[in-house]
Amino acid sequence: MSTVFSREPQPPVIAPGEDASSVTRSVSGVVLKLPIGLRWMGSLGFAVMLTGIFLVGICWLLYAGVGIWGLNIPVAWAFAITNYVWWIAIGMGGTFISAAMYVTRQHWRASINRLAESMTVFAVAVSGLFPIFHLGRPWFFYWLFPYPDVMDLWPQWRSSLEWDFWAIIAYLIVSILFLYAGMLPDLATLRDRASRRLVAIFYGLLSLGWRGEAQHWRRLESVTLMLAGLSVPLVFSVHSMVALDFSEGLVPGWHSTIFPPYFIAGALFSGFAMVLVLAIPMRRLFGLQAYLTDRHISVIAKLMLAAGLWIDYSYASEIFTVFYSMDQFDVRMEMNRFLGPYAWLFWSTMAFNFVQIQLLWFERIRRNHVAVFVIALGVLYGMWLERLMLIVTSLYQDFMPSAWGMFYPTFWDFAFLFGSVGLFLSLYLVFSRLMPMLSMYELRKLAHKRSEVAG
Amino acid sequence: MSAKLHGLLAEFADAEQLHGAALRTKHEGYLFIEAYSPYAIEGLAEALHPRKVHVPFWTLVGGILGGGIMYFVEWYSAAIDYPINVGGRPPFSWPAFFPPTFEMTLLWASVFGVFAMLIGNGLPRLHHPLFAIPEFERGSSDRFFLLLRAHDPHFDLPRTRDFLATLAPLSIIEVPE
Repeated sequence: MSTVFSREPQPPVIAPGEDASSVTRSVSGVVLKLPIGLRWMGSLGFAVMLTGIFLVGICWLLYAGVGIWGLNIPVAWAFAITNYVWWIAIGMGGTFISAAMYVTRQHWRASINRLAESMTVFAVAVSGLFPIFHLGRPWFFYWLFPYPDVMDLWPQWRSSLEWDFWAIIAYLIVSILFLYAGMLPDLATLRDRASRRLVAIFYGLLSLGWRGEAQHWRRLESVTLMLAGLSVPLVFSVHSMVALDFSEGLVPGWHSTIFPPYFIAGALFSGFAMVLVLAIPMRRLFGLQAYLTDRHISVIAKLMLAAGLWIDYSYASEIFTVFYSMDQFDVRMEMNRFLGPYAWLFWSTMAFNFVQIQLLWFERIRRNHVAVFVIALGVLYGMWLERLMLIVTSLYQDFMPSAWGMFYPTFWDFAFLFGSVGLFLSLYLVFSRLMPMLSMYELRKLAHKRSEVAG
Repeated sequence: MSAKLHGLLAEFADAEQLHGAALRTKHEGYLFIEAYSPYAIEGLAEALHPRKVHVPFWTLVGGILGGGIMYFVEWYSAAIDYPINVGGRPPFSWPAFFPPTFEMTLLWASVFGVFAMLIGNGLPRLHHPLFAIPEFERGSSDRFFLLLRAHDPHFDLPRTRDFLATLAPLSIIEVPE
């Protein structure tokens, strides 16, 4: 009966005929040879413009305070925390692709891991800004750090906000180390292939003198395995901390043990979506179709679907738990989500995070990159709405009707949201021209393995 | 060539040739052999350098130190230096102190691991005799190199050159110090 299980052979994860030289030529060519195109310049210009709005917003915030945003009591967390959770969640998907797939020996990840890791670093860096801005007096953020100050004060170790501080710091530094250590051999390649002396010095300094000795490789593979193994629990713990910020609160809809796994599902979901949103245009822009193949897009789309189903299950179990508990405040909050003034948030979330992703079950949709791109954008939007829904619908009507109040965003709320997108895109666009966006040495190894198998 | 010699470099076209050549050189009795490749070749480093690498050990040390120091700071600040009564919770709320401890364990382990890799590899080292060899520039793209060091007791320039020639390399290059 073996024929029942046989299926069409999967398309290759690296185009046939690719070898060490061709990998090196095309990937390093993007950095060293490819002229700066109009599309890239245009994208960067747009991103920098948004970043400019962000900077103006930051200056105005430092001068005028958080009152420039629409938040107030009772909705004291709104866009800022939504943006924070959204951005850090996007980072998670990147680490997961690069670390968990390394530990589980998924060789196809070789061409996507650099892209995912750099996405993580920038997303986490952008996300870390929001809790600081949200402090009200951002210049005191270092009070979260235990240092022997003259006031003899220490941080409150029992607070999940304090845990968050440590989680973000650890996550940011580990992501940078993971990215950088994994880039050393490729920086050495750029050093050796640079035709201009200044360029060679630039990459030479960055590559720290990497020579590709057998022992170098052995230690690098050892440390990569260590970092990958450490990153997987790190991803899960960091996003659990983010979720505990809510779980430790007492308002209806937050005080729930389901939050950590629920948030992790959402994090992977939006992270995979962002990888797709970046990878699909990048492969076109830089002509990397031989390495970022249709198979990659299809596999990540499947991962996104799986994470999406996981989060849909979380929605269902959350709703079930609320009604099963018969807690009148929780039930009221849930009914309010379905039918209240913010019901459009709930139903849009369902449309984007539940309904539209079902299209990804079909092979034909997964092969259509435009469709996958649009669905992934929808997922990013849906996940942003979901965080806003969680925050606002729990806060705006909690227990005492006398303390209820609506939330309306202001211009500056949107300026910070779109500005942070601009900052992320600027960093990413600049990085993609300065650094090798695919891991050349892992692709060489992959190409070598494939040629061994083939012949 | 009057300058002091760093070693003899043989250039190969593919990974299998380099692997085979390295094993034969080792078998021949040379002690100071280095192999260079544009990607990791499985088993090559282990064959040339039987000693273990210490990256995992230092990662463990970093993790223990990071977690231990964090937990100590939390305990000292909350229970010894400035205990505050928050709703009757014990000053040393040990379960609540785990999350930062966990994060710092992972952070320090990673930092130690990366530094162990760099220090073990002797990096950063921005100058190296090999960087003066133009052919070696392809060593980071698609060429494979075997270096026999001149201070090897077995090393003798004409004899070693003849030996390397039997390995059928693309070229043999003298590397000045």
